[in-house]
Amino acid sequence: MTNTSKSAATAQDDHPWPARRRWMAVLARATSADLESLLSGVDLPPYTVLRGPEDGLVMVRGRAGGGGAAFNLGEMTVTRCAVRTAEGLVGHAYVAGRDRRQAELAALVDAMMQDPARAPALEAGIIAPLEARHLSRRSARAAKAKATTVNFFAMQTTRS
Amino acid sequence: MSVVQDLTPGFADPVGDAQTTFRAVLDAMAHPGSAYTVAPLRPPAPLHQALAAVVLTLADHETPLLLDRGADAAAHWVVFHTGAPSTADAATAAFVVALSLPDLATLPTGTDEAPETSATVILQVARFGAGQRLRLSGPGLRTPLELAVDGLPADFVDRWRRNHALFPRGVDLILCAHDRVVALPRSVSVEEV
Repeated sequence: MTNTSKSAATAQDDHPWPARRRWMAVLARATSADLESLLSGVDLPPYTVLRGPEDGLVMVRGRAGGGGAAFNLGEMTVTRCAVRTAEGLVGHAYVAGRDRRQAELAALVDAMMQDPARAPALEAGIIAPLEARHLSRRSARAAKAKATTVNFFAMQTTRS
Repeated sequence: MSVVQDLTPGFADPVGDAQTTFRAVLDAMAHPGSAYTVAPLRPPAPLHQALAAVVLTLADHETPLLLDRGADAAAHWVVFHTGAPSTADAATAAFVVALSLPDLATLPTGTDEAPETSATVILQVARFGAGQRLRLSGPGLRTPLELAVDGLPADFVDRWRRNHALFPRGVDLILCAHDRVVALPRSVSVEEV
């Protein structure tokens, strides 16, 4: 699992729709509570559910040494949903865990984000705030972990 | 990138409806010539309920599908709901989804050791009870049964005779009209009436 950054960077350069990848990632990391509250002021279009929300297992795969043989890392629970708005936009969501409401809302926002007329408002009102919350949660967690860092170099000097 | 897509929902109850439809196909295979009802479904044109229900039930990511030129219009819907790989090569197809009967001779017929590795044809016909009259006999039929099908080619009996002669190899046929299925397993003999 070392040296994965090289193949990840190449995969990102070739991605056909990087902006969509980013907002889908933000939606997948949001909680349904956050999504509900941010969407409460938004005019949601009528939509039909094409599939789900349903949960299942996904086998996560890795590559030995970054570019070698594929192997099964382990199974994770994923909940997915696909919706179609009345205008015909299809949105998809695959989220970790079992939160069906999150999957459905994420799919709906994915559909709405594909409408260029609505996207800027949604970006400002939903995606950017969710991304900011996720980053602040992450940096808080990192700060806690940093406080437990052991400085091995210091240990070495005390021994000699 | 196209934003408007033609997807519509599949089964309302994916597990229950697939089980209902599977049971219908199972019973149809066990009682050739008798019609059984599939689960409710509203597929996109040109697919009708029975054909679409059977495809959603039987196909998955391990069963390559060959859709004929008529059925191909709904390929996006079929692939989305089943995850099945689509193939243009009849020799690799597990299921052939067709609106008109394909040439059975081009399809995989299995081997003597593994006859189940043959293809299965899922064919949409106009209706049962009218049209070409056939007499079925063989395993599953205590006495010969008459079946009328509107939607089979005129030379169907000849084509089926050649398929039947390959037993235990050969293909099986699932006929779908409106919301019902009738199955012709390869073990069945078919004659004109």
